[in-house]
Formats: sequence, structure tokens, C-alpha cells
Amino acid sequence: MDINTIRKDFPILDQEVNGKPLVYLDTSATSQSPSQVIDAMNDYYQNYNSNVHRGVHTLGTKATDAYEQARMKVRGFINAQRYEEIIFTRGTTSAINLVARSFGEENVSEGDDIVVTAVEHHANIVPWQELAKRKKANLVFIPLEADGTIKLENVEAVMSDRTKIVALTHVSNVLGTINDIKSIAEIVHSHGAYIAVDGAQAVPHMSVDVQDLDVDFYAFSGHKMLGPTGIGVLYGKADLLDNMEPIEYGGDMIDFVDLRESTWTDLPVKFEAGTPMIAEAIGLSAAIDYINEVGADEILRYEQELVKYAYDKMSQIEGIEIYGPREERAGLITFNLDGVHPHDLATALDSDGVAVRAGHHCAQPLMKFLEVSSTARASFYLYNTKDEIDYFIDSLERTKEFFTHEF
Amino acid sequence: MNFNNLNQLYRSVIMDHYKNPRNKGVLEEGTMTVDMNNPTCGDAIRLTLDVQDDIVRDAKFDGEGCSISLSSASMMTEAIKGKSLEEALGMSEEFSKMMLGEDYDIPEEYGDIEALSGVSQFPARIKCATLTWKALEKGVKGSGQ
Repeated sequence: MDINTIRKDFPILDQEVNGKPLVYLDTSATSQSPSQVIDAMNDYYQNYNSNVHRGVHTLGTKATDAYEQARMKVRGFINAQRYEEIIFTRGTTSAINLVARSFGEENVSEGDDIVVTAVEHHANIVPWQELAKRKKANLVFIPLEADGTIKLENVEAVMSDRTKIVALTHVSNVLGTINDIKSIAEIVHSHGAYIAVDGAQAVPHMSVDVQDLDVDFYAFSGHKMLGPTGIGVLYGKADLLDNMEPIEYGGDMIDFVDLRESTWTDLPVKFEAGTPMIAEAIGLSAAIDYINEVGADEILRYEQELVKYAYDKMSQIEGIEIYGPREERAGLITFNLDGVHPHDLATALDSDGVAVRAGHHCAQPLMKFLEVSSTARASFYLYNTKDEIDYFIDSLERTKEFFTHEF
Repeated sequence: MNFNNLNQLYRSVIMDHYKNPRNKGVLEEGTMTVDMNNPTCGDAIRLTLDVQDDIVRDAKFDGEGCSISLSSASMMTEAIKGKSLEEALGMSEEFSKMMLGEDYDIPEEYGDIEALSGVSQFPARIKCATLTWKALEKGVKGSGQ
């Protein structure tokens, strides 16, 4: 992988922010798109913009082909067994809500357990809180280790006959912890329960094989993997999806509509009411091509090199606290600098052209666990460089100096 | 140092209020308590006021936040003490105008709050500065809890 070639594919990175070269370290919030993705979407809008699954004209056929090819591309990318198992959604949040509102609604009853963790992004905790409330079910939390990792015996310990569904993240968007989903899925299934995984921070950065993991549901977003916003994927095992009710009704998802009664069409369109995100699916498909071309394993290797480099340098800064494990961490580092509120830190870095995230990262229960109200986070992707990390560290040092000695 | 533009935002009077907050705490005898969160960042503030005959007799704030949100709260509690609720709301309006970069009228007797004028150049931080004022407005207009 040649970093200089890669950077040329991302025109957005070649700009100044506040008079300094942009250093974009906020990929975990949203990644940048290469020209190939933007061009693919432009091509659709300029040459064959049309609705899908309707009509017989040429553009419509072309659009339908591109949309369904995108689905095939996703299937191959995560190694789903069948294309019908790939449901396009607005993003990870919509995908998880779909599972909670449909599968959860039908399979969880009063007194049942829904198992989650305190590490979850709000998108993978609030839908389950609401389901638990609707069903008078219990929300059970897998205990965490001090560094936020999850021990398999602690998963085993919370499982019971009452457990219906276990929802957890593959990679934490705050701690960078990588959960052993395959082993956890095995435990969950041995208790006759189902597992739904938030893969938003995993799929962009490592090879994911849903059959190998043997997960029942797996959700992720396009915009965190070089693709556009407004598109995500819900993978579900076909036999489960087949028996689930849609949560949205309307065009495209019907089989036959009569005055008072209607029937639903087959998977996957049963869950895609209305005109879908056509350009976005095409953009996601181009993003997958890009990742495949560089190689998911190569991206992971490079990111690991970056995060190790950054961790070693950052951990030498006096007064810094880094959250999560040192080893086996995904390409992000969440931290606090003593005496500098993360917001002030992010503003100072921004004035130096460095974009980081500051706040609770949509993980308020985890902030509580860490006993902080907010944190700062730097996250890395295939387009970042060690030079950028050096510049970021230098800016961090100067920020610390500014807030501790200037006043 | 290489942070010239930052000095426009983080003026020493702001950092002084941040590091040595005035009126920090909770008024045990308060007549009005307002809790306000900034959901985008997790900052939270509790404002307690002692209002008698529509006059703010005393004001305190408590909570967690960045230098901008906490210094703003410190400055505001200083400014509104002894003022009528109407005056306090008027002050809040002028403060909003200042944040939006519009013409505003903030007399000297309002204390240090004008020091935050630089925030208008940092749109992502305006919500930090206005959090405490939103709490005041919520308390006064909703008559508090």
C-alpha cells in the first residue's frame, strides 16, 4: 500500500483549515470518501438516475442493476450466505432499531432478559431500553473489566433461560476494544439466545465474515467505511429475517395490495419500503471496491502501525490519561489531558488544523463507567500518516502548554 | 506559542472565571432550580436562584463543563445578581446577539460577560457559552421547578 497514492484519492485531505494543513483524525465519527466513491455517485446522478424495481425503461433497469449489484458486493464483502440477507438501511442506527422493533417485538416477552453492555454506543442501547420497557423485560449488563474489555466468563455468567437476545458492539467507538464476537456468539447460542452485533467500527477496519462469526444480526454504516452517509446494512440470517414483520410499510415492499389487506414481498425488499438510497448504495459499493483493492488485511496492518506509533508517543505526554487497553486496540485513541477540558482541547487543535472528536461520543453510560463527563478522541484510517501523528502530538503539547501556563 | 487566534477566544478574564469560579455551588435557600444539559457534549449545569419580588437576590451554579461554559456561568451569576427578572432576560437577549455576531448592547455594569464576544468566531462553541443563559431563560419563563 502506497500512502502517497492513497492520499491523492482523497481530495478533501488536501486543504488548509485555519491556515494549517488539515489533519483529519475523526474517522470514527465519519470517514472521508475517495474520488472513486464520489465519481460513482456522480455517474449515477448524471447518467442513469432513476427509480429501482419499477417500470421497464432503460435507465430504471440500469439503476436497478447497480443497486442490486451493490447488495451482491456487500454480501461478498462480509461473506453472507445469500444476498437476501443484506438489507439496506439508513445506517447502523436504523438497522439496530429494525432488529429491536421487529425481531425483539416478536421474541421478547415479559420477564425475559435482554443483555447489553455499558460500552455500547447510544444506538445499541436506547432501542433495547425501549424494547425492555415495552415488554417489561429486564436489561442485563455484562460486567466490564477496568479497561473496558469483556471476559467470556462474564458473558457466560449473565446468561440464563430468560436471555432472549444479546446486543453488543464488535469494536468500541471509545475504547477501541475488539470483542471476541465468535466466542461470544457460541456462548449465546448455547443458551438458545440470539446475538445482534453493532459492527459500525469493525467492518471499515478489518475483515468480517458473518458466517464464521456465526452472528444472527450484524449492522454497519457506509459513511464510516469510505462511503456516503445515509446508507447502512443490516445482515440477518435468512430464516430469522423471513419470519420477521416489516416495521415500515409502503411502496416496493408489498406483494399485493387490496383495499383492506396487503401481503409482503420476499426478502430483502420486504424491509426496504419506499424508494431506497440508490446513489448511496452505489457509493457504498465503490467504497467496498476501494477497500478490496487496498486489502482489508493491509488496511488493518497499517492502522495498527499508526495506532501503536500514536499510543507510544501520546503515553509519554505528562498528565495524559488514555482509556482502554494498550494492546489489541482498534485504530483510535480516546484520552483526556489533565487540566484541559476536551472541548477546549478540540478547539485548540482545530485552530492548528487538527480535527478530533470531543464529547461523550454517544456513549454516556461508558463515560459514567470511566468516571468522566467527556473525553477527546483521535481516530485513524488508511489515509493518515505518521507525519500527521507527529504534528498532532506537537499540537497536543502546545495546547497543554497554552492552558497550563498561559493564564 | 503559535495560537494567536486562540487568544481571542481564551482571554485571561475567561480563564480566571474558569479557574476561580464565582458563585459556584448550590443555593440551599433558592427559590428556583434549573438543570440544563448540552446533549452534544455531556456538559451539565445546575442553576439555583433566589428570587424575591421578581428580583434575583442570589444566584449559584454547579456542574461540569469546559472553560467557556463554566466561565460563562460564573460571569452570568455575577451579572444578574440584584437585577430584575426582566433585566436578566434582556441581558440574555443581548448575550445571544453577541454570540450571533450581531450588534449588541452590554453596559459595563453587566460585568465580564462581554469578554466572551470572541466565541462568536467559534461557531462550534456558541452552545457552550449560551448553556447557562438557556438555563436562566428556562427557569424564568417556565417559572423554574
